[in-house]
Amino acid sequence: MFAVENGLQGDPRLKAISDAIRVIPHFPKTGIMFQDITTLLLDPVAFKHVVDIFVDRYKHMNISLVAGVEARGFIFGPPIALAIGAKFIPLRKPGKLPGKVISEEYELEYGRDRLEMSVEAVKSDERALVIDDLVATGGTLSASISLLERAGAEVVECACVVGLPKFKGQCKLKGKPLYVLVEPSQFDELTL
Amino acid sequence: MFAAENGLKGDPRLEAISAAIRVVPNFPKKGIMFQDITTLLLDHKAFKHTIDIFVDRYKDMQISVVAGVEARGFLFGPSIALAIGAKFIPLRKPGKLPGKVISESYELEYGHDRLEMHVGAVEPRERVIIIDDLVATGGTLSAAMSLLESQGAEVVECACVIGLPEVKGQHKLKGKPLYVLVEPSGLEFC
Repeated sequence: MFAVENGLQGDPRLKAISDAIRVIPHFPKTGIMFQDITTLLLDPVAFKHVVDIFVDRYKHMNISLVAGVEARGFIFGPPIALAIGAKFIPLRKPGKLPGKVISEEYELEYGRDRLEMSVEAVKSDERALVIDDLVATGGTLSASISLLERAGAEVVECACVVGLPKFKGQCKLKGKPLYVLVEPSQFDELTL
Repeated sequence: MFAAENGLKGDPRLEAISAAIRVVPNFPKKGIMFQDITTLLLDHKAFKHTIDIFVDRYKDMQISVVAGVEARGFLFGPSIALAIGAKFIPLRKPGKLPGKVISESYELEYGHDRLEMHVGAVEPRERVIIIDDLVATGGTLSAAMSLLESQGAEVVECACVIGLPEVKGQHKLKGKPLYVLVEPSGLEFC
């Protein structure tokens, strides 16, 4: 579901967030309109709005764990975790995490990739939030949900700054709700 | 310089931070005692101490930019940036940043790697701190400094959670001060 469908209709912060996201056409390849959140990070007011909206939503949901997907999930996850008193767990590309890990494969447009999580990081029955900058196919988030559930956690929700319009309404990912702040920004030729 | 040499001697938060960092022997290869900060992120209090100490240090230094080195610099930098009202700039591995970038090569133990930054992210004369989880040789931080200085920014300081003891005292990196919270944790016998 989108933030506007859930209490934040007309909230000016959402427009500020959307306006701060830059669209780069044909990156990383032809046909993809890349949603570049680095410009959002250059706008401290808009970046703070993102964190505040997520914190307001999750602070009373007894979330004990925020899991962020490498690498852009590492930018949004820790500030949320710190504000709500939760642990932060990085979900990483293969080979980066030391110690005992579990891994989950997921599909890319061409080929497959894998996500790893430290198996000692999660206790049973923890209530977890998964965070990433953007959701498109949901493949990465689904792999994240699998990792956390395999370790015994309960995934309460997945949260993303940007999401394709198909995630409106009650769209779920592996049975779990998805919370998204804004739709993809449109490419504005005038800003070139 | 270490935090303990600069006003925080005996501060119990430093002990909590150090105790929360796990050492993993022989990772990623034999002989390396890997300083694993993921256990620090699991300890909410100690993680908050880490951010608070950096925020207290930088909030009155007119820092307008926090630059974080991919990927573990992303875990600390944004929280500091948010608290001091600064921009956050990710310094990334090649090919990850869209649009116009500049890049700087640096040496690894075997071979080279490259760091990239967006052109236009930082403006001339902006005051910047660079953050990473750990400083060992200083190669990555030096490359980061070069990127920022090439765009006219002033690097005020480099900040790391962990640093090897040789960065004690007035040790500088390319002429810039280095601020470190703790030394590497010792080997734990389980």
